[in-house]
Amino acid sequence: MLYREAGQFKTTYAEDMAIFPIRQDRIALAVLLGIAFIGVPLLATFHIWPFGSDYLLWAILLPFLILALAAIGTNILVGYCGQISLGSGAFMAIGAYSAYKLVTGVHIPLAWLSFAISIPPLPVFASILLGGLIAAGVGILFGIPSLRIKGLYLAVATLAAQFFFDWAFLRIPWFTNYAPSGSVNAPELNFFGLIVQSPIERYLLCLLLVTLMALLAKNLVRGNLGRQWMAIRDMDIAAELIGIRPLYAKLTAFAVSSFIIGVAGALWAFVYLGSWEPLAFSIDRSLQLLFMVIIGGLGSIMGSFVGAAFILIVPIMLNLIPAELGVPLSTETIAHFEFIIFGSLICYLLIKEPHGFARLISIGKEKLRLWPFPY
Amino acid sequence: MRPPDTNEILLQVEGVALSFGGVRALKDVSLNVRKGEIRAIIGPNGAGKTSMLNVVNGFYHPDRGTITFKGRTRDRMQPFEAARGGIARTFQNVALFKGMSALDNIMAGRTLKVRRGLLWQVLRCGPALKEELEHRHRVEEIIDFLEIEAIRKVPVGRLPYGLQKRVELGRALAMEPDLLLLDEPMAGMNLEEKEDMSRFIVDVNNQYGTTIALIEHDMAVVMDLSDRVAVLDHGVKIADGTPDEVKNSQAVIEAYLGVAH
Repeated sequence: MLYREAGQFKTTYAEDMAIFPIRQDRIALAVLLGIAFIGVPLLATFHIWPFGSDYLLWAILLPFLILALAAIGTNILVGYCGQISLGSGAFMAIGAYSAYKLVTGVHIPLAWLSFAISIPPLPVFASILLGGLIAAGVGILFGIPSLRIKGLYLAVATLAAQFFFDWAFLRIPWFTNYAPSGSVNAPELNFFGLIVQSPIERYLLCLLLVTLMALLAKNLVRGNLGRQWMAIRDMDIAAELIGIRPLYAKLTAFAVSSFIIGVAGALWAFVYLGSWEPLAFSIDRSLQLLFMVIIGGLGSIMGSFVGAAFILIVPIMLNLIPAELGVPLSTETIAHFEFIIFGSLICYLLIKEPHGFARLISIGKEKLRLWPFPY
Repeated sequence: MRPPDTNEILLQVEGVALSFGGVRALKDVSLNVRKGEIRAIIGPNGAGKTSMLNVVNGFYHPDRGTITFKGRTRDRMQPFEAARGGIARTFQNVALFKGMSALDNIMAGRTLKVRRGLLWQVLRCGPALKEELEHRHRVEEIIDFLEIEAIRKVPVGRLPYGLQKRVELGRALAMEPDLLLLDEPMAGMNLEEKEDMSRFIVDVNNQYGTTIALIEHDMAVVMDLSDRVAVLDHGVKIADGTPDEVKNSQAVIEAYLGVAH
């Protein structure tokens, strides 16, 4: 009854093409953003439940936001352009290590030219964005094979990127500034004079960036470039026929996707981890992102958020439930149960709705429009 | 309005030969399409009609022969180059973007007309938004023309076949082509749908002045719609002329009905 669009007339195409053309959706989004931007910081500042400790902020919301951003990047490539990628973790790593190198200053001695490339240390924010751009460049490079190979074969090719960069960041000491342990530390997070330190500041920083980039990504996918990507995904022959250049469409998808993933990687390293080693961006991370996208919904920005929330939060919940209920189980047993239940949940979801949460939500909305009548 | 019949040649195919391994799909075929006309290519199954269209819009590269379109001769080009040149095309078995709505499918047809690049599209404000709205406006005219207003937001995978064909025509029209290639636009349709489609084809030709080359098996439709008909059989052009001339051609009758022994 509440969710009706009756009486909401659209008189311009601009209104019809809005991200949320239905008023109730806009209200829901405003409420959500209000909670995220004002509610959470308020609760956290005054340590009101559930923000009594920093646990929720630090262990759930922060990784959720950053991984949701990475999932958006993955979704652009896999969901919108249909190019299966198993290299998302590598692009996160490229973003992270490039940003690290830029923030600490780059020095490449070219002895045989008696010349050296030297870049002075850059500010944190510029480094993060440039890290994203470098990831985009590498993404384009690894996207070139997609012009020839498709589907699962492409997935294997992107897997090569994953293993190569895992190796490179572990074995080439230049990337870690010759740190003996192979682990590097994030710089002080100085954003235009503002030092981001406490969990709530980190949360707000990520929230701001993620919201902004999600909006920009949404702009892209609902514009002409997004249609080009989807056209390539759905039927590349027909796409070529209406004048879409596969080269341009695929490589822009790789570039935009890698940029977003690269920025997410830099945030993950700088803002969330603080100090990290290549293991943080292993193949597990790639698979995790891919699952987020598949479960959240291929070809949906909102689905990326829901997928990230599901993959990240459900295991934690499963872990906490027995303790909350007072069931006497050893931590080991709980960990096993977590795997079993989570695995079967994923299977159930994919059987029930192979198009993921995004489709479930849109079906739910259609039902809600008619409620309480069945049709 | 329909442009006055001129003898200006829009497309000239000269001595085109195409083979797949040992199969010779086209053997030295020449034909032309005049500006503003509706040109039909007919022939029995396997005559090489679709191969002919594929050669014209760059899917296949002919072994021999030249293609002259709008006065420019070329022997090799990519499909998107043909599209840029002003050739649009529909497929025998619908080739729509299944996951996108009818509106997005037709909007995708505007790709070549989009001037603002990635950075503007990211911002989606000012000139980029204005451009997007202009394209939407143009696309809505096509939606209006094809009478598919009610289904514009429906994912095309869910549409019935007849409507899918219409959306595909819409996507081709969105390109504002000079030459529209239709590969069996009426295949698998009932009488009513065929009448609708015929009306759209004639209207496209009349209102937009688009030159149309079509392949069709329904002889009544072909003879009714087209100005000139070319008949292919086993990769060879066996007749070419007005519908009446073709109908009475002995070679055509033999190709379709067989030869008396």
